[in-house]
Amino acid sequence: MKKKIIGWMFVFSTAVATLLIVSAIGFMLFEIIRSGWGKISIEFLTGAPAEGMTAGGIFPAIIGTVLLVLIMSVAAVPIGTITAIYLSEYANRNSIFTKLIRFAVNTLAGVPAIVFGLFGLGFFVQFVGGGIDKFISGDAQLHWGQPNILWASLTMALLTLPVVIVSVEESLRAVPRDLREGSLALGATKFQTIIKVVLPNAYTGILTGAILAVGRGAGEVAPILFTGVAYFLPHLPSSLSDQFMQLGYHLYVMSTQSTDVEATIGIQYATALVLLALTFLLNFSAVFLRYRLRAKAV
Amino acid sequence: MTTETKIITKNLNLHYGEKQALKNISLDIPVNRVTALIGPSGCGKSTFLRSLNRMNDLIENVSIDGSVLIDGTDIYHNGIDVVELRKKVGMIFQKSNPFPKSIYDNVAYGPRINGIHDKKVLDEIVEQSLQRSALLDEVKDDLKKSGLALSGGQQQRLCIARALAVNPDVLLMDEPASALDPIATAKIEELIYELKENYTIVIVTHNMQQAARVSDYTAFFYLGSLIEYDETKKIFTTPKEKQTEDYITGRFG
Repeated sequence: MKKKIIGWMFVFSTAVATLLIVSAIGFMLFEIIRSGWGKISIEFLTGAPAEGMTAGGIFPAIIGTVLLVLIMSVAAVPIGTITAIYLSEYANRNSIFTKLIRFAVNTLAGVPAIVFGLFGLGFFVQFVGGGIDKFISGDAQLHWGQPNILWASLTMALLTLPVVIVSVEESLRAVPRDLREGSLALGATKFQTIIKVVLPNAYTGILTGAILAVGRGAGEVAPILFTGVAYFLPHLPSSLSDQFMQLGYHLYVMSTQSTDVEATIGIQYATALVLLALTFLLNFSAVFLRYRLRAKAV
Repeated sequence: MTTETKIITKNLNLHYGEKQALKNISLDIPVNRVTALIGPSGCGKSTFLRSLNRMNDLIENVSIDGSVLIDGTDIYHNGIDVVELRKKVGMIFQKSNPFPKSIYDNVAYGPRINGIHDKKVLDEIVEQSLQRSALLDEVKDDLKKSGLALSGGQQQRLCIARALAVNPDVLLMDEPASALDPIATAKIEELIYELKENYTIVIVTHNMQQAARVSDYTAFFYLGSLIEYDETKKIFTTPKEKQTEDYITGRFG
């Protein structure tokens, strides 16, 4: 009898936990959609913020977010892919060097985002950017040595690197051994085999990695806080050394820094809705691609 | 042995870590003949086959001593280019493994990695190789079709065509028909019979009748050792060793 009660209590508590999680997400989505949907319009999506952010749109923030994740991908996907190739194809699994790389990747994945932000400020903005300025113009001008979209993107790339590496490595491992052996037995070198057989069979995985990274990068704010995001910009970034606006940060600014927070609430919900839709879309396409990859690997 | 030898192994030992998989194998494989390797699962016949084109190099913890001479050259010698070796010694696997590319690209894969990009030359190689692997008539109208769309038997012949396209002397076949139906198997066997005119063929098989049908010489392996090696007729009619007799008559294995 006692055992039965314990069993029932266990089932009951899992049900409560599940319900809690589902309803939290459900409530959040419901609230955001209910309060934000009415504000979504062509003008909102294509206009700039106006009147102290209590009116207008979020176009610069959308463009800033898109540019950020694009530049980030250009940096993170190739580096992540090459690292994954090394780890899965070349590295001796038991060597200290390999273990060190794996440890670094795992640690990178666990570092709080704000620490990346501080690192980006110290390394990219001050050290690299400052170094470039010194090299070009002596001490005179601050051009690269200040936050901009390039440094923000690179900082974000570091944050998303583990996502890319893990995803690509998984897809490389899914390429059947038969195919590699088939290629090697024809007298292909290891490098030729990787380029011509392994990578073409892993492209969906690489794509999945890229999309997951973009999804992650689109939602993070902390890494760009000190490295390039702007409170408000009347124009779009036109070069890599420009600052930019971003959806997540824009949301933060509206809800805490605006002169009239009350008046921005509708816009806040709508901005959150756009941001959510963007990341959902990206995650969903990653899941879809992964599903197709699995179906193919069988 | 009356014919010229192509491959000579001398005291070949192979270890997977601590476990010895091949024990002192010394075997002369004649040129332009079919040599069958038979024996129960785990007897080392596939391992032996894979040591002839150094495919075992890909597995961690393998150590090999003794020598394998192909045309008089020790393929385990330090200066040997494994890539060159594998061009000369082609391999067909148990499970057909066409690349997920078109039939044409599958066959052209080898020549292309060797730097042949002239379309005319490639066309010719592809046609010739498919002809030799007895697949051309079935696929000549849709070379653009994926190799994976072919039937199992056709896929295996595509893999043979792919191997032939790099112009090897030796073909190693690791149970090439074990996953095929009897008709497809018969086609592969017929093909092997034709190919031996120009190639030295070493085939691993679990199928005793197949060994008897296609091979000129048969080697019986058991627990990593070579028990008996002779002309196929002799092995199947008057084996010298009791173990060989027991195996081919189906008393064990």
